[in-house]
Amino acid sequence: MLASLDPVILARAQFAFTVSFHFIFPAFSIGLASYLMVLEGLWLKTGNGVYANLYRYWLKIFAVAFGMGVVSGLVMSYQFGTNWSVFSDKAGPVVGPLMAYEVLTAFFLEAGFLGVMLFGISKVGKGLHFFATCMVALGTLISATWIISVNSWMQTPVGFAINARGQFVPAGSWLPIIFNPSFPYRLTHTVIAAYLTTALVVGAVGAWHLLKDRSNPGARRMFSMAMWMAAIVAPIQIMAGDAHGLNTLAHQPAKIMAMEGHYQSHPDGAPLILFGIPDSTNKRIDYAVEIPKASSLILKHDLNAPMAGLDTIPVDRQPPVSIIFWSFRIMVGLGFAMLGLGLWSLIARWRRSLYDWPWLHRAAIVMGPSGFVAVIAGWVTTEVGRQPYTIYGQLLTANSHSPLAAPAVAASLLAFVIVYFFAFGAGFYYLLRMMAKPPERHEAEPARTPQRAAGITPAPAVDQNIAPSAVESADDL
Amino acid sequence: MIYDVDLTTIWAAIIAFAVFAYVVMDGFDLGIGILFPGFAVGEERDQAMNSIAPVWDGNETWLVMGGGGLFAAFPLAYAIILPATYPLIIAMLLGLVFRGVAFEFRWRDERHRWWWDIAFTLGSVIAAMAQGMILGALLQGVAVENDAYSGGWLDWLSPFTLLTGVSVVIGYALLGATWLIWKTEGRGQAHARRLAFWLALGTLAAMAAVSAATPYLRYDYYRHWFEMPGVLLTAQVPVLVAVGAALFFWRLHRGAERVPFFIALAWFLLGFIGLAISMFPYVIPPSVTIWDAAAPAQSQLFMLVGAVVIIPLILIYTGWAYWVFRGKVGTEGYH
Repeated sequence: MLASLDPVILARAQFAFTVSFHFIFPAFSIGLASYLMVLEGLWLKTGNGVYANLYRYWLKIFAVAFGMGVVSGLVMSYQFGTNWSVFSDKAGPVVGPLMAYEVLTAFFLEAGFLGVMLFGISKVGKGLHFFATCMVALGTLISATWIISVNSWMQTPVGFAINARGQFVPAGSWLPIIFNPSFPYRLTHTVIAAYLTTALVVGAVGAWHLLKDRSNPGARRMFSMAMWMAAIVAPIQIMAGDAHGLNTLAHQPAKIMAMEGHYQSHPDGAPLILFGIPDSTNKRIDYAVEIPKASSLILKHDLNAPMAGLDTIPVDRQPPVSIIFWSFRIMVGLGFAMLGLGLWSLIARWRRSLYDWPWLHRAAIVMGPSGFVAVIAGWVTTEVGRQPYTIYGQLLTANSHSPLAAPAVAASLLAFVIVYFFAFGAGFYYLLRMMAKPPERHEAEPARTPQRAAGITPAPAVDQNIAPSAVESADDL
Repeated sequence: MIYDVDLTTIWAAIIAFAVFAYVVMDGFDLGIGILFPGFAVGEERDQAMNSIAPVWDGNETWLVMGGGGLFAAFPLAYAIILPATYPLIIAMLLGLVFRGVAFEFRWRDERHRWWWDIAFTLGSVIAAMAQGMILGALLQGVAVENDAYSGGWLDWLSPFTLLTGVSVVIGYALLGATWLIWKTEGRGQAHARRLAFWLALGTLAAMAAVSAATPYLRYDYYRHWFEMPGVLLTAQVPVLVAVGAALFFWRLHRGAERVPFFIALAWFLLGFIGLAISMFPYVIPPSVTIWDAAAPAQSQLFMLVGAVVIIPLILIYTGWAYWVFRGKVGTEGYH
């Protein structure tokens, strides 16, 4: 039975599954690492113990999330070769060095300083410990930069030549490859998304504890910080997304056509389809709710600008409309919901009821996971939208895969699904359980710092872990 | 041409270094995982876990470096080896997933700690076994046609690869036991010392078995090892292993704390040199040399600039991280 399945579809499913799962963790840890850096910096600057407690509270959560990011990322570094060996051989000379730089400049930096960040609080000075936190945060950002550069080059490939063996090789300088046309837009959009995702999680956790005890100083501080972030960053993200869309229109018009649901060309102004149901056999959007000429206005800044549709693209070069039409709307819809939450929090601040408006807190809880959903939806939009290519316009997905055996790919896909749901399912449960615990006044260090010998005390007894001297200066790290 | 050759050889050396760094550093992590069920629940297990918790993540990064470096500097080798050893790679990755999450999860869920301890051990054994078998599969040769893997998806399975798999499991366990001799004291250390004795015997037997089998896999290997005048050099490898063995058992018996670990590392280094003697200049025996698989010079050169600057920095701050957590784990030195 397994042999009758299409191995390429299975290989694509496997890549989509492993990369989507992986993306959840960096989307959170990029933002959380920076948040921890801010918390520790504020604590060092102000001496206010609330920051130290919040630092410890989120550090424990960071440790679990980061560990899952590491192991799911390790899988990715081998996914290219197991199922996509032709792509690896052909594109390796261009994308390989960029990934090698990611490992050299980012992964080692994060991993090298993570141990000190998690366990070294009492072993190095405050300054050095803050330095370690900064290095971990910097590492996450450097990592994002390189991997987004690789992804962007695959979307908008430039600066390459094809050698005698059919490999993509750099034509000259590496700069146009690294700074390829879609890179700055994609990087901005992705990093902001990570910050926003983290802010929404932090905000939801703060709101959860405010609903139970609105006087909890840790909950108040984290909620306030998160809502500032949402209010300031959500509008910036919408603008960054708009700029990214214009860039995509210039370089990957078919992707925009599919996102917009424009099966047909519109010679005098294209409508903005808000909702509808794509019908790919009859090439139309059923039950469309649309604003006439608005798409031309957004994308070309001219009501009557002509817009080409998918009818100008050969059928076998079109991305699947039915997927990205939806994923794009989910992302944009959530983006505006985030903006709404940010504005609501500003009103609450102005009314001085930020901490005593239960409906705002409930809304923030509902929006907690929305960043992840938006990130995955955006990822699906850009990745499915560049089909049928792995390297846009240059290398077809159908020509990129390994010599695959369907049973092997199917069995490994099944194994990934089972292991991921089991291992990461447990991880999500532990994360939620940690978040459900309110930040305490004397938040303990991660529960098993090596320096505490025999006293590996289980979580319920965390407070006993603090030596008497530490309790006196309770607000110190 | 000479320039091209040199660059490729340098990259082969850098990747060999990354793989060796991985084997050395994650080797003792995985070894502790392999030995874990033998440790008493409670203090002994927690100590063992604590001795690697701050460093395992950095150690595992060398595996990403090995894979990523191969992809970048020798894309053809990456594109052949991974499909050729497909189920092993997947098994290794899934094993490492379980091993990796267990570090955090076991502290987060006391009721199911025993479960995550099992996952920790199973993951470590599977990952170590798979790594050993990948090595064996490379050594026994990979079918290649038109720059692509041309064999079946179970070609890697043979008595020889099972031998190399088991050998690596035993060797990693030895690294783990000797690491614990260094990092623990009291009952845990005494236990590790007893384990190290038997594991050293096992490792030596495994090295002997793999060394005896390898030259007969291919005539090339035989020639590399036994032809004059090369044999004068290659004969030093077993001699050094034997000298190390004498030193190991003597120092272990005399209560040395660090020497056993470093001798175990030296054995791995010698085994690694032995592999290089067998395989060089092939990255995939019997048909793909490092030059066949090399990325173009401009790709290798671009990375080399970074590697030369950054790898020393990595070694410095990794060394610093180890220094921060020096001394015995879970004893007074840490209070």
